[in-house]
Amino acid sequence: MTTLTREETDPHVQDIERVTIRFAGDSGDGMQLTGMQFTRTSAVFGNDISTIPDIPAEIRAPQGSLPGVSAFQVSFSSYDIYTPGDQPDVLVAMNPAALKVHLPDLPRGGMVLVNTDEFTPANLKKAGYESNPLEDGSLSSYRLFEVPVGTLNSRALRDLGLSAQEVDRSKNMFALGLMCWMYSRPLEQPIKYIEDRFGRRNPKVAEANIKTLKAGYNYGETTEAFAQHYHVPKAKLAPGFYRNIAGNELTALGFLAASKLAGRPLFYGSYPITPASTVLHELAGFKRFGVKTFQAEDEISAIGSAIGASFGGALGMTGTSGPGIALKSEGIGLAVMVELPLVIIDVQRSGPSTGIPTKTEQGDLLQCMFGRNSVAPVAIVAPQTATDCFDMAIEAWRIAIKYRTPVIFLSDLYLGFGSEPWLVPDFESLPKMDPNFATDPETFKPFARDPETLARPWAIPGTPGLEHRIGGLEKGNIDGNVNYEAANHDLMTRLRFEKIARIANDIPDLEVFGDQEGGELLVLGWGSTYGVNRTAVQRARAKSKSVSQAHLRYLNPFPKNLGDVLKRYKKVLIPENNMGQLLLLIRGEFLVDAVGLHRVTGRPFMISEVEAKIHELVG
Amino acid sequence: MVTKNPSEQIQVLTRKDFVSEEEVRWCPGCGDYSILAQTQRVMPDLGIPRENIVFISGIGCSSRLPYYMNTYGFHSIHGRAPTIATGLKSARPDLSVWVVTGDGDALSIGGNHILHVMRRNVDLQIILHNNEIYGLTKGQYSPTSPLSKVTYSSPMGSIDWPLRPLAVALGAEATFAARSLDVDPHHMVETLKRAADHRGTSFLEIYQNCNIYNDGAFEEFTAKEVRADRMLFLKHGEPMIFGKAEDKGIRLAGLKPEVVELGKNGITEADILVHDETLEDPTIAFLLSRMDYPDYPVPVGVLRAVSRPTYNDLMEQQIAKAIETQGEGDINALFRQGDVWEVDQ
Repeated sequence: MTTLTREETDPHVQDIERVTIRFAGDSGDGMQLTGMQFTRTSAVFGNDISTIPDIPAEIRAPQGSLPGVSAFQVSFSSYDIYTPGDQPDVLVAMNPAALKVHLPDLPRGGMVLVNTDEFTPANLKKAGYESNPLEDGSLSSYRLFEVPVGTLNSRALRDLGLSAQEVDRSKNMFALGLMCWMYSRPLEQPIKYIEDRFGRRNPKVAEANIKTLKAGYNYGETTEAFAQHYHVPKAKLAPGFYRNIAGNELTALGFLAASKLAGRPLFYGSYPITPASTVLHELAGFKRFGVKTFQAEDEISAIGSAIGASFGGALGMTGTSGPGIALKSEGIGLAVMVELPLVIIDVQRSGPSTGIPTKTEQGDLLQCMFGRNSVAPVAIVAPQTATDCFDMAIEAWRIAIKYRTPVIFLSDLYLGFGSEPWLVPDFESLPKMDPNFATDPETFKPFARDPETLARPWAIPGTPGLEHRIGGLEKGNIDGNVNYEAANHDLMTRLRFEKIARIANDIPDLEVFGDQEGGELLVLGWGSTYGVNRTAVQRARAKSKSVSQAHLRYLNPFPKNLGDVLKRYKKVLIPENNMGQLLLLIRGEFLVDAVGLHRVTGRPFMISEVEAKIHELVG
Repeated sequence: MVTKNPSEQIQVLTRKDFVSEEEVRWCPGCGDYSILAQTQRVMPDLGIPRENIVFISGIGCSSRLPYYMNTYGFHSIHGRAPTIATGLKSARPDLSVWVVTGDGDALSIGGNHILHVMRRNVDLQIILHNNEIYGLTKGQYSPTSPLSKVTYSSPMGSIDWPLRPLAVALGAEATFAARSLDVDPHHMVETLKRAADHRGTSFLEIYQNCNIYNDGAFEEFTAKEVRADRMLFLKHGEPMIFGKAEDKGIRLAGLKPEVVELGKNGITEADILVHDETLEDPTIAFLLSRMDYPDYPVPVGVLRAVSRPTYNDLMEQQIAKAIETQGEGDINALFRQGDVWEVDQ
């Protein structure tokens, strides 16, 4: 493998800082795996990386059809990146449907690499092409590379005695090999992966995959088709141990860590729902850590079980997406009333009702804030990146335990499925939490409160002398008996409200990136818009614009200094993947004439869209 | 948690130890008083420290019961008690968990949960107070109200076909299904004890008179003077004989139970169906669950009590097995799994 690394003297190698590739094909073509392997190779090589999959809602839509297209986008660079890229620089289209679906995202002049073998009349028809785009000149403004991937793959594997189907399944590795050559990636990582995955179980398949991977690489090397290839130098990542990991996986790890930090077992009740199910899958694999998972009969049962587990002294949790939050509203209200620690994960997806389950959105903020009967405030935290999911998961439990309150962990599909390098912490470096159970029968009152936090005691069954009854009916202050008196209800409502408000004393101030003392424009956001906003603000600042960024990881209550921060800027822009939900809260609470930027396409913002709005506001 | 020697504690507990300070607010004359009293009476006999007992309920008249028990208690939301109980028992298998519910709570709004808790066989007791009416909402028909029942919400009579709670339980794979009645305290105490002793979900329906909105719903067969002739008190291993004179019995004609008179047409005790609550096949229990007055005597007692691993035991076993085969989890090692690499200084 002497030719597998870049030769420094090669005049055909061009250094570039950042590349975004989108691998697209039929859902059976292995595009997710191809993308992930390319990502891994780039990460190990030393680039900063960011990825996002684009998975069809249908598990196996008809082959070659538009709904069956699956894609994976990876961005890798020689500097810190915050998003998987707006538009790809390169589109790898394994069939006409993939080209049809993804070409509109490719900028003019972008590179498109197609697998010509699949451009048959039948496939073109399935993709809705009236004429062959490879022949009708419609791709003339792109750099088109036509590669008969299927043919080359079959040729590479013809002596191995594999079935036609087995041969066909390997063709994604040919594409991976070719991309590795194009971007000067060594093949060691993908080879190691193939050996680990198939080596022992199915050596023949492993051999085939490696062979076609190398064939793809060598095709780039030897054919005259590609005039150039590229080199993206290493990024300067802080030293340490890294793991490329998706947000949902980190969410699960964060909650497991919280359970170990609190010394209480984790109980997760959940009903399968896209895009939250992978959290359930991860936690179900943590049995050796004592984690208990319960696949409930519905969303209501899922939160009920979590409340029951918390009543028993476990860290009771449930997780879902927007439609499930709607069903859990009643349960969240109960948890507000009984004041037990509870964490609810909402991995937001697109649209009202069933909407678009496999696309992202930020439409649940107001549902989480207000979607319950009467006055029922809960704490809300929102991770801003895939790796932030870990930190905010621990934070959610810190607040839930200390304040005996439900906390909503408001993530979204883009964060949950996107992956980036996580600087792996030492568990021992994380702060411990004290569940601080009540044990003293002499002083115990079910609704007596901590004077500072207003939290009530957590008295778990099995503790002698603390037998008491809780429930959804209004309770008397301190004694906890059923109480319908007017003054008591007013007091209890205010206490529950004030308790959540006081969390603001216990969370970090909002930080500003940019002009600390104030300036023309503040771009304020929450959740997964962090990377896009940051990049857009960086670009504006590079043009000497007075633009700063602040990003809220605590949505209820807000950080204490938020009002002060807002006042320092002449204008405030709030980009959201909804029709202006944080905008409503900010305008309502601070009387600031903030402006919104709304996009609800099921995809994250493009950096250019936020940039354009910034330009409009500050010239 | 302080673990006390249970035997030391139990002996000093009496019914009064299980009476809470809350004032009981059911209507005077309600059948719920009897259920509460028998429940409190049974508790000291269970051999379980008071702090390890939890009563969980949903919404409805019956669901107020936990407030009156001096144990841990949770009065939750309509229909959801089985879900809270499942979470609690899964997290804390050391506790004795009781679900208190009613016909509306369990079979209408909570219909889904009641099915699933039983099929999972979570080790807990479900006490369903069946009064065939909505009491707390002031007199609408319930999922167990008979067809044509005239109520505030069915002035021309209910057009809803009723459910039979025990048939639902058996259909949901319950391992323990039983019935008792508010006006027979002795029978209720015995049946509550059986429910408590069973490992797995114990489903116990109790006929409960609502003297305000559905007075006398069960009276035509539960009244003392007719009870022996119109009810069938099931006893495991004994023939299904009933009647003041113990002269009637149930015979199986194919798959249809029939009432026969002993000594008539040559019928002897040998012809009478012998009750076997341990039958794996629930067919006969199901036939019993569908026997209604006046065609049949109404069966009470334990219809079915079979053994099957409990959900919470299986959950513990999987954790034990994972630890045995993979070792106790090492969280730092878990953090460093998968797609990892090191960046040097």
